[in-house]
Amino acid sequence: MLNIWLLYNKVITKMAPHKQNAEAMISDVHKKIKAAFKAFDHEANDTVDVREIGTIIFSLGCFPCQAELHDFIAEVEEDHTGYIHLEKFLPAMTKVLLEKKFPPIPEDKVLQAFEVLDKENKGYLEPEELTKLMMQEGEVFTQVEMDEMLTAVTDPKNNVIYYKDLIDQLTIDYD
Amino acid sequence: MGCGVSKSSQFSKHPGKAVTSIRAAILIQRWYRQYVARTEMRRRCTWHIFQSIEYSGEQAQIKLYNFLGYLMDNFTPSSNERKLICHIFRENDVCRDAEWERYFCYKNIEVPEIYSGPHLTFPLTVEQAVGLVEAFRNKKQLHSRYVLQLLLETWKLIRKLPNINRISTCQSKEITICGDLHGQLEDLLLIFYKNGMPSLEKPYVFNGDFVDRGHDSIEILLILFAFLLVYPSDVYLNRGNHEDHIVNLRYKQTIDKTSTCGGFLKYCAYVLYLYRRYGFTKEVLTKYKMHGKRILKLLQKIFSWLPLATVIDQRVLVIHGGISDSTDLGIIARVDRHKYVSALRPPKRRHTSLAGMSVDSELDEEWSNSKFLQRRASMTYPKPLGTRTSFQNRSLQDFSDRIRVEDELELCRKRASIFQPDNQNQENEVLESVSIESVNSDNAKEEWKQILDLLWSDPMTEDGCMPNEVRGGGCYWGPDVTEDFLNRHNLQLLIRSHECKQEGYEFCHNRKVLTLFSASNYYDVGSNRGAYVKLGPDLVPYMVQYQATSMTRELTVRQSVGRTERSALKVLREQLFAHKSDLMSAFRAYDKENTGLVSLSDWADAVESVMHLGLPWRMLRSQLVTCKSSEGMINYFLWFSELSIKNLRLITLTKG
Repeated sequence: MLNIWLLYNKVITKMAPHKQNAEAMISDVHKKIKAAFKAFDHEANDTVDVREIGTIIFSLGCFPCQAELHDFIAEVEEDHTGYIHLEKFLPAMTKVLLEKKFPPIPEDKVLQAFEVLDKENKGYLEPEELTKLMMQEGEVFTQVEMDEMLTAVTDPKNNVIYYKDLIDQLTIDYD
Repeated sequence: MGCGVSKSSQFSKHPGKAVTSIRAAILIQRWYRQYVARTEMRRRCTWHIFQSIEYSGEQAQIKLYNFLGYLMDNFTPSSNERKLICHIFRENDVCRDAEWERYFCYKNIEVPEIYSGPHLTFPLTVEQAVGLVEAFRNKKQLHSRYVLQLLLETWKLIRKLPNINRISTCQSKEITICGDLHGQLEDLLLIFYKNGMPSLEKPYVFNGDFVDRGHDSIEILLILFAFLLVYPSDVYLNRGNHEDHIVNLRYKQTIDKTSTCGGFLKYCAYVLYLYRRYGFTKEVLTKYKMHGKRILKLLQKIFSWLPLATVIDQRVLVIHGGISDSTDLGIIARVDRHKYVSALRPPKRRHTSLAGMSVDSELDEEWSNSKFLQRRASMTYPKPLGTRTSFQNRSLQDFSDRIRVEDELELCRKRASIFQPDNQNQENEVLESVSIESVNSDNAKEEWKQILDLLWSDPMTEDGCMPNEVRGGGCYWGPDVTEDFLNRHNLQLLIRSHECKQEGYEFCHNRKVLTLFSASNYYDVGSNRGAYVKLGPDLVPYMVQYQATSMTRELTVRQSVGRTERSALKVLREQLFAHKSDLMSAFRAYDKENTGLVSLSDWADAVESVMHLGLPWRMLRSQLVTCKSSEGMINYFLWFSELSIKNLRLITLTKG
């Protein structure tokens, strides 16, 4: 009997703070979203350029694909003005965060993707191979994006891309 | 995951390889784009960190400086402390010009045989100026004899210049305008390489802040002055807020002098020393161990004689900082600019004599009657001694208060010396002469504000004009003020510097204001480009960007962001460590039950309330707090010990 009581108490005390903290959690999420938003609010009037929304969303640890991003923007943009107001962004983004709607791509999946491209199992990719793929298939890169990526990922000594190391290095810790 | 990519059979290296490759490509593209977006966010935060610290550093220096002034007003210092304060605040300008010439005489300085640097003969020729550039490129140092000689010639020349340079783009000349250089010789060399050196066909305007922070401030000055001497109608220099000996002040020297002073002043001087991020004074004294002081003294005079503005074709104004809603070029043109040795000090007092009494405004004299004056001051100027925090709200504008106090003290002294109960006439005389002096002080105040605004202001996006509290001097001015100012003076464009911009330049206020910054990699390697502007007869600005590349090219984009970020974080951690006790109090306020833990949200709020840097603390948390947090709570005691370990260097400084 005593054991059951103790167990019950344990459960209650563990739960109770969570109940109280639901509100605190939402307030927390709001602060997070506002902070990210403000970093791009150049005019200090609670609006950001729609082209920066992707960056803001990614920085909050959410990773929609292009289609999902376009859907989200359609929801929150101010009638094609090119601006997004915090008023609309806040509730939409809160929902996304609380529902964990766009989780990050797991590292192992990225590794597998690279291994697919590395048909000969060399352990690395030639810049030409990567360029061909990135600029011809899928959600194609622009020339600028490609140049930037090559500069960032190519090993300067051997002029190849060691994708395994790359994935480790480019993964960022999220809040 | 979205986009209709199923988890299970994505990546089999079997039939359907083409489809699989596409899927893999999409995944990599998405993954990489996300990384870029995150990096961009980090870069912005990093930038924000550096800028906040830079500006708050300037502000803090000024605040501390104000505090010393406050001490001066309200406390009677001991004789040693008096000497220190005099040293910091006032130059004992007893010498006249002839005496200065003797003091700065270079003739008895011998140049040894082994000296391998350039030898200068005057008048300077263009070959010698070019040779100087080459010598500095090859890391040679100019001998102090030639330095002094060059500076003397420069002084003689710029004393004749007007406050406002007026130049024109006649004869199809394109004028090149450069922004802040901050001692970064590499950037100046790069500009000369890309654009050519100053010449009759290639006029240049250099818009201030030639010194401080970079390592080659003196070399930059020598090059600019050399070309100024060779091409006086084709090289124009504007004064920046760093062409100011108080801003360059060598704090270490101040500390040496405090060794006999009371503990509190010593502490103040020490804190000023910690703001040693500036370094022009230190650079000169290190490079020129024997004659450094003399060189600095001469430079102080030269700085005060630098013109304040340049107007091109009567249409384009070039100034270092900016404007305010009261900026009037007419007043600027009329001021005695050399009176304002430092924009941080009220103007030098004029020595007037009245009724046979010599009014000596030397500080020593005033303080020798200190106790008596104190009592008097409190009767006629009944301001109670404020709390320690009240001075923090003072900005440079508040210096006008200090002038008033000095007037009052002056009045009291005169009264004390000549007041006789039955002699009303004499008293009236005193009052009359004193009121004339007050009027002069008012003028001086206004002129001083004009110069301050010109050298320290920043533009803002909102309309209006308000004091620039971040810097502690000058204003923030809005697009409406720009519009009004340009109309009033019949101008079409305002070119200024003073703020670092990532692309080296930035337009604002409807493209009527152009900010130009010529020190690339200013915060750290890879942080920003530099830029210069070319202006032809059509007065359409043409921007050229560059980035000094000796280090940059070797780093990948990713690495350079990371490197700058690591630097910024290191600086930020030092700042946090320096505010440890305030932070501790702030955390305790959030942690009423003394658990030693605060939530992430509370941590961010507490830190901002102490640091006032306006940074996105939540986003920076993961890089500032590496000790494990339990369920979103931060153990601040652990955090402080983590900061202590990371700041061991600072700890040894404090003890030593």
